[in-house]
Amino acid sequence: MMLALRSLVQLVVAMYLAALLSGCATTTANLPPEEPAMHSVAESVDDEKMLYVDDPWINFNKRMYTFNYYADKYVILPVVRSYEFITPELMQDGVSNFFNNIGEVKTLYNSLLQAKGKKSLVTFGRFVTNSTIGIGGLFDVAKKMGMERQSEDFGQTLGVWGVGSGPYVVLPILGPNTVRSTTGFLVDTGARIAIVDGLNIYGDDDESGAIEAAVTTLEFIDTRHQIKFRYYKTHYPFEYFMVRYLYKQQGEFAIMK
Amino acid sequence: MKISALLLMLLLLLPVAGEATDGGYGYPIPGSYAATIIGTPEALRIEKPANISMKELLLEIYPDRKKPDIFFYDEGLVCNFAYQKNKAPLAFLIAGAGSDYDSDKLKYMMYGLYKAGYHVIALSSPTHPNFIVSASKDSVPGDLTLDAADLYNVMEKAWAAVKDDIEISDFVLAGYSLGGTQAAYVAKLDDERKIFNFKKVVMINPAVNLYDSIQRIEALLDGIPGGSRKIGLFFNRILDKFTEFYRSGDYIAINDQFLYDVYKAGLVSQDEAGGIIGLSFRIGSAGMIFTSDVMTNGGYVVPKNRVLKASDPLADYFRVSVRLSFIDYFNEYFFPYMQKKQPGLTKERLIAEEGLKNIEGYLKGNQKLSAMLNENDFIVDDADRAYLKQLFGERTKLYPRGGHLGNLEYRQNMVDMVDLIKILDEKGGAK
Repeated sequence: MMLALRSLVQLVVAMYLAALLSGCATTTANLPPEEPAMHSVAESVDDEKMLYVDDPWINFNKRMYTFNYYADKYVILPVVRSYEFITPELMQDGVSNFFNNIGEVKTLYNSLLQAKGKKSLVTFGRFVTNSTIGIGGLFDVAKKMGMERQSEDFGQTLGVWGVGSGPYVVLPILGPNTVRSTTGFLVDTGARIAIVDGLNIYGDDDESGAIEAAVTTLEFIDTRHQIKFRYYKTHYPFEYFMVRYLYKQQGEFAIMK
Repeated sequence: MKISALLLMLLLLLPVAGEATDGGYGYPIPGSYAATIIGTPEALRIEKPANISMKELLLEIYPDRKKPDIFFYDEGLVCNFAYQKNKAPLAFLIAGAGSDYDSDKLKYMMYGLYKAGYHVIALSSPTHPNFIVSASKDSVPGDLTLDAADLYNVMEKAWAAVKDDIEISDFVLAGYSLGGTQAAYVAKLDDERKIFNFKKVVMINPAVNLYDSIQRIEALLDGIPGGSRKIGLFFNRILDKFTEFYRSGDYIAINDQFLYDVYKAGLVSQDEAGGIIGLSFRIGSAGMIFTSDVMTNGGYVVPKNRVLKASDPLADYFRVSVRLSFIDYFNEYFFPYMQKKQPGLTKERLIAEEGLKNIEGYLKGNQKLSAMLNENDFIVDDADRAYLKQLFGERTKLYPRGGHLGNLEYRQNMVDMVDLIKILDEKGGAK
């Protein structure tokens, strides 16, 4: 498994370089000179901008957006599709429920940090219910009982505490983020590693490392399996702006609740 | 949980109240704009098939075409294909302006037909960027005859791609909105080419004349403060309203429930609702205009001879394109293009050609074709509705409400569509 992971990393790096280079490959030789277009942006000055998000790192972000498209296309989605092909749907749902149930811990401590009583209670109720009646989280019975899944992370906690979102950033593999959500992701990941180590979940024997890698890989595959978004699927030429706008907007809505 | 159950009850109760006046039609949203925006609440849509065998097809229509760098992700025309195990008729579906093969409306049409035993191939609109880049001969959408020829070509290629895997008994065709109007032209072309011999063709909320319909859609922006020149301001103001409503209510996500509550609370006025529809058409047409301009090096919104790179920021082009109306596109880009193809063509004649009256001789009394219309669809007027009724007689289904396409996914509408498309034998019985 570690070997597979290493070759995956190598492939990703190779593709990143390819994506960087492909941006420069355009030849503009032998083209007649440019002529102004019939309409230009100067006509729009009397109106407010629409779908506008400040994006100081746009060059990096657009490259990364394209890189993620290739990473999806050549590595991640083929793996996800194989997983979806091999595993029965019922089992896929079980895997999703299992990892989502672990994710409740994150939602719980972040709800508490934000002093959101109702959310904390619902999340705690879901975690207890699904871990027991839902057989270790394999079934989301709490939802059927009327407890909807909440979602909180440390990025949102920072937002609630008044930390600004910072610039928009498209991360490799992880996709659209802000500086705040990236920080939050790192803190949540750190917290999780600490919890896993503290509880010594994987034990100390020879196979523990391999098992941990396998579980991490499965979780990664399940995460992408659960996300329906596909880069450039809309074919809309302004998709980058739409996604950026919707991401920022969704983030603002999320910290309101 | 409680709220959605309550909402469901409310929706289920509404039809009873309306029964006396409109023969029991249960689609619940009376307003034309509201229906268009909200669509059909999930609980009232047809159910998805329990099992559906489907995959995406990637069709290379013009293998030798050199595509511009900024469309590097475009590798061919993508369509949805749902297939039956046994011999069955194949239905081709055409999406409306700016929509793709995977749009909700097309998907629900696919579900309805699949459950009735059809194979289905769902196609993006010729106005959709993927179609313009990969499947359109000229990459300038808008002409019904040329777009129908492109669609027909795509259908032939799609058929060739699947014919070894499935058994097909007959072909049928359906489309919504612009796709409905195009379906009539595709049917006419098929009468000459005779490749598919479509047995039935259903047009859902079609435009009768494209120019008339785009004028009506553009007019929706007249009602916003400052008119269509202030769409950015309008968008931002509406967003503020939605944000405030969301902040003050008990919501966990922006979903159908939220939209329905916005509507019930009367948060947006009639003019604003119209503006939202007009604006969403504009956002779609911006993609069409920009894509076509890049493909033809037309110098309309992108400077002529400029080569755009994948990493170039396109924000300014979006601003320019979204500000142009369908009518601008028609007058400044489409008409000159068509005139170059047909010297001597006048604007009046082109406008007259882009509609159903142009092929009236083929359509009138043709038993193959049928139409589904809404009494309050704003892209046509009463004269258009009367005209379609006169063309198709009792093969016209007229619904008392639904706005433009709002009731398409509604159960009864999908049952009716399947009924209209049903292939009958000589004696009039179901085949």
